[in-house]
Amino acid sequence: MSKPQTWQDVPLGTVAFGASALKVETGLWRSIRPIIDLKKCVSCLRCWVQCPDMSIMVDENNKVTGVNTFFCKGCGICAHLCPVKAISMHPESEFIGENADHGEDPGEVGAHVR
Amino acid sequence: MSDKKHREMTSGNFAFAEAMRQINPDVVAAYPITPSTDIPVKFAEFVANGKVDSEYVAVESEHSAITACVGASVAGARVMTASSANGVALMHEVFPIAAAFRAPIVFGLVNRCLGAPVNIHCDHSDSMPERDSGWIQIYCEDAQEVYDTVLLAVRLAEDKDVLTPVFVCQDGFITSHCYEAVEILADETVKKFVGERQAQYPLLDVDHPVSYGSFTMSEYYFEIKRNQMQGMYNVPEVYTRLENELAKETGRKYGMIESYRTEDADYVIVIMSSATGVVKDVVDEMREDGIKAGCIRVRFFRPFPREELVRLVTGKRGVAVLDRCSSIGGTSPLAAEVKAALYGLPQRVPVQEYVFGLGGRDFYPRDAEKVFTRMADGDYSFEPRFIGLLEKEKKVDDNGWN
Repeated sequence: MSKPQTWQDVPLGTVAFGASALKVETGLWRSIRPIIDLKKCVSCLRCWVQCPDMSIMVDENNKVTGVNTFFCKGCGICAHLCPVKAISMHPESEFIGENADHGEDPGEVGAHVR
Repeated sequence: MSDKKHREMTSGNFAFAEAMRQINPDVVAAYPITPSTDIPVKFAEFVANGKVDSEYVAVESEHSAITACVGASVAGARVMTASSANGVALMHEVFPIAAAFRAPIVFGLVNRCLGAPVNIHCDHSDSMPERDSGWIQIYCEDAQEVYDTVLLAVRLAEDKDVLTPVFVCQDGFITSHCYEAVEILADETVKKFVGERQAQYPLLDVDHPVSYGSFTMSEYYFEIKRNQMQGMYNVPEVYTRLENELAKETGRKYGMIESYRTEDADYVIVIMSSATGVVKDVVDEMREDGIKAGCIRVRFFRPFPREELVRLVTGKRGVAVLDRCSSIGGTSPLAAEVKAALYGLPQRVPVQEYVFGLGGRDFYPRDAEKVFTRMADGDYSFEPRFIGLLEKEKKVDDNGWN
């Protein structure tokens, strides 16, 4: 759907149509990133249940495969509740120069506040 | 039960509650406060006795009441509530949200002055601060009008070209608690007239998911407000159609503005709500004394019926606006609207602002008489005058300041 060009085209009642949040890269707000050690992970799915942004990725057998960094805001709930301590949080500055095909280079986030 | 149209002795509040019973709204969330208490209390009784199917949500504050109403309304329900005075003020934050969500809530606003000092009696200082919240405001003169207006308000609020919540206002105690004869329609007639709500974007329609109230920065906020304005601009046409439809059952029409003997009048009082009856009586008496008096009652304050007012006032020799509300440090709400509307007239009509009835101060025929005689004497001031106020006499200087 193209963006409305006049007030007459703006949907009534502040309505936004379904699934619009899929396009919002909340991962840009993240300052620390969860890294899952898949060797330690037992796929108990506690992190999958508790993640507020549905950012824990699982395969068709419900095995944890990693974190969706497009949405993950870096709240750290997953790392906090992991029973086998398979998840650790790392500052985004450790990922400087990472080849991201969208948004800004996570390693450059700190540049704005210097 | 009301099997057929009948008349009964009832009050403005109970007439409102009876209309609610017949409308049978899906959700009512309310936190009772004087003088609107009768409305949720009576309705809760209907719920307890199985007279309605409504979900009655008992909440812990007025803020919660209106918030629950907004949630239920965007979910697709038909929603009603009631409040007064500081209860209305506590709801203030949520009113513009309801309006922007285009949540067609019908609200029984029983006018009571805002504290402090604490006072339970009538003036319009609770509803007037909400005039810019984006809600339709209808002010009723008597209990019959309250009953008829509630039925109209449901259809008006939900009309696809309007989709705007409505305050149905009545004067606290004067209208809300005094008993008078009110004609109640048959349940079946009301059911047929109000029908079922057909919500456009119900939140509970999971096959067509929507979000309400998403973060909207400068790129579209303005456009959303303009869209709300259009809903208001569409009110006169939709309201006229609905009133004609209901009048087939009731025989009554009120219009957005009421005029009494204004056609050949020289001097006109503009007023709202229950005090109008006194002015109409005095108009008749003034005419016996040879003063061509008339009265205009503003029923819709939002949208303000500017064109009709201009048409009624054009060519008059004087207008006095009687506000039951002050705007401390500014022009009273009704006077400000009237003056703004009349500014475009090629021939200026002098307008005198009066404030009356604050905190339930009585308004007498002699007060209206004095307003008319002062207009006939060409006695106008740039400043507001106060009716029934205990004050020291003041002199009018050469510049017309009193």
